[in-house]
Order: sequence, then structure tokens, then C-alpha cells
Amino acid sequence: MEYLSPLWLTLKVAALATLLALALGVVAARALGRGGGIVRDAAESLLTLPLVLPPTVLGYYLLVVLGRNGVVGSWLHETFGISLIFTWQGAVIAAAIAAFPLVLRAARAAFREVDPQLERAASTLGLNPVAVFFRVSLPLAWRGICAGALLAFARAMGEFGATLMVAGSLPGRTQTLSIAIYNAVMAGDDATAQTLVVIALVVAVVALVLAAQVLQRNRPGDDDAA
Amino acid sequence: MRLEVAIEKTLRAREREFRLDLEFASDADVTVLFGPSGAGKTQTLYAIAGLMRPERGRIALGGRTLFDAAQRIDLPARARDIGYVFQDYALFPHLSVLQNVAFATSRSSMFNPRAATAEVYELLARFALGKLAASHPHQLSGGQRQRVALARALAAKPRLLLLDEPFAALDAPLRARLREELLAARARSDVPMVVITHDPEDVAALGGQVIALESGRVVELRMHPDADDHGSRES
Repeated sequence: MEYLSPLWLTLKVAALATLLALALGVVAARALGRGGGIVRDAAESLLTLPLVLPPTVLGYYLLVVLGRNGVVGSWLHETFGISLIFTWQGAVIAAAIAAFPLVLRAARAAFREVDPQLERAASTLGLNPVAVFFRVSLPLAWRGICAGALLAFARAMGEFGATLMVAGSLPGRTQTLSIAIYNAVMAGDDATAQTLVVIALVVAVVALVLAAQVLQRNRPGDDDAA
Repeated sequence: MRLEVAIEKTLRAREREFRLDLEFASDADVTVLFGPSGAGKTQTLYAIAGLMRPERGRIALGGRTLFDAAQRIDLPARARDIGYVFQDYALFPHLSVLQNVAFATSRSSMFNPRAATAEVYELLARFALGKLAASHPHQLSGGQRQRVALARALAAKPRLLLLDEPFAALDAPLRARLREELLAARARSDVPMVVITHDPEDVAALGGQVIALESGRVVELRMHPDADDHGSRES
């Protein structure tokens, strides 16, 4: 059994899924804005569904949408000749959607923490709303968003149900760590399962330590003597 | 430069309703909005700066209409050329003093926030901030923060400078010194100011056109006897 292939595939899928979830989550958090209200709360709940739904339900809906007969799937197939089902790109989409609510919630909380007075100050200094976002809101919310991205990465690493339904379990192509572990256990191959479990554990710990390092270094105010 | 303000706005906060309905004009170099807290002073400054949209009325500066409800004119804050020194100074905590002051002049420099012009260094020197250029706001004293906020607002070359309770956060001796500093800065930069205060001492020290507000209305308009001193010093 080759160990590096599922590890490499998992890292690739989880990293790309995290980037995708990060972009979507930040945009959605900004679109929802600061305020409360029924409409916004309902929209946030709706966007949080991928987190609370059973992953198999998520996988089912992804198949419905992305499959050969789905709205997006048939369009992709007819226009570009692409099918996402049983591909690692499909696994990226499944993992990104499963992880997206974690970024959304973290980003929304982080944007709420930004003092609105600072955004007003930036606008009186001549900045348009896009510049205010990139030069004030985003840098100040970045730490909170990073924390959300870390959780999203962990969720994407461990994604199983939706990925299995959308991408299947093709060794070397769509078989991620968690799916390879499941297959090894089902096949009674305890040695392989144990090795893969240790690999998954090491990756998770390394990711946590790295993230803690990055977040520590960027904390404003740690550089002074006060 | 003549500032004309006529605004109406109903504000709601925690089931309390507050009606802002005031009108004034000022040609003075220093205009003081004086009144107790809750009189609507900050909301009036917000309206002038473009941070709050009144329901009715008109705001003009030097003949240029900034807001006119009837004509549906409402310039965004970024296009009004009005500087704002917030009560808590609202310095950007993730940026150094230099980057704060250079904020308005380095518009496309998200990836190069250190880029600063000679003008910015000149402002830092003028406000005695040269040695603090690399410091961050949380490392500064109250007086230093205020100077950074002033320099940052002036770096954008505003046509009018709004100051919200610039001395409220400071202790009494510092307050007296900073009043002098503020007047000196005004004289050098030649930008007219509107200052909010609830402190009669500020009114006496700053002079100029005094507009007393109470419960969202103008209750008194008077020229301070010293106004001519401040007004003629550099014009």
C-alpha cells in the first residue's frame, strides 16, 4: 500500500478547499454585514446548513447539482466537457462546501469586532468602500478569519461522507486519507490502517502548531516592551 | 470659508427617539459646537462629514453643496474633503504612526504601506512625531494620539476639519496645553475647524463662532469676543 499518495492528495484537496472556503466565507460574511435582523439571521442559518447536515445529505445534494443530469453538472459537461464526479476536483468542492460555514461564522464575528469608527475614519480620509475593506477591515479581522480557516482546513482534511459520494474512492486519484483508512479497516489491513492513522495525526498536530505560530507572530502589540 | 448646515433627522436608539432639527451658518475659522452630551453634537458632525444622512435639509461648504435632500445630492464621505478627528482618535491599530499619517496619501499602497511622501515627513516633524514614526497607536500617550489623529486628517488636505471632543480623554493640565497646540496647528495649516465640546473652558479658549446646542436644537448663536484674534492671525 502506498501511503504518500493519499497523504499528498488529502493535503492538496484540503488546501484548495480551504482557499475556496476562505474566499467564499469572507465574501459572504461581508455581504451579510454587521447587523442582525430576521433576514440576515435566516441567511446565515441557511449558509451554515453544510455544517449541521449529515455529510451524506450534503453529498447527495452535490450529486444532484453536479451530476451528469444536474443543473451545474450538465452545463459543465455540455460547455466544457468536464465532469466533476469521481474526480479530485469534485472532492475539493465537497470539502470546501463542508468547511465553508466555519470560515463564514469566524469571519462574520471577526468583522463585527472591527470598530466601525475605524471604517468611518478611513472613509473620511478619502477611501472608497473597497479600499476601506482591504486596508482596514480585512487586516483587522484577519486573525479571526485565520482561526476560522484553520478549523476549515481540519474539517476538509477529515471530510469523508460527502467526498466519498461525490468523488468515490479511486486509489491514487480520489482516495483521501480518511477514505483510505476506512478501506484499510474494512479490508482487515490493520498495519496500513495504523500507519495512515499516525500520518493523519501527525499532519493535524503540525497544522495546529504552525497555525498557532502564525497567529502569535501577527498579534499586534507583542513587539513592544510595554 | 462659509459652512452652511440645515438638517433634520429622527434618531432612534434603544426605544428612545431623538429629533435633530437645527440650522446654522459660520464663516469663522473656529466654530465651536457647545452643549451637554446628548445634544446632538456628534450626529451634527457626522452629517457634515457624510457619515450620517439627514432626512431633510442642506449642507454646503464654501458654496459647494455636499448634501441637499431636495435635489438628491449626497456626496459620500470620501468625496467631501472634510477631515475628522474622532473623540477616541480612531487611529488604525495595525499601522504605525507613519502609516497612519500617510494613510490618505498612499491610496494604492495596500502592499506597500511604508511608502510615504516628503509631505508626510514634514507633517510628522511639525507635530513632533518624528521619533514616534515607527511606534504603534497602543504605545502612545493620549496627547500623542491626538497629534497623530490631527496630522493624519491634515495629510488628506481637507477643506474643513471636524474635531469631536478633542480634549475629553485628557487630564486638565494636558488639556490646556493641547488647546494651545490645536490653535497653533490651525494657524499653520489654515484649515477652518468645527470643534465639539461640552466644556465651557474649551469655549473660552478656542473662541470663534459659538453655536450652543440642546436636545437637537440650536439655542444660541454668538461670536466669541476673541474671535477676531483667531480669525485675523494668518488670513
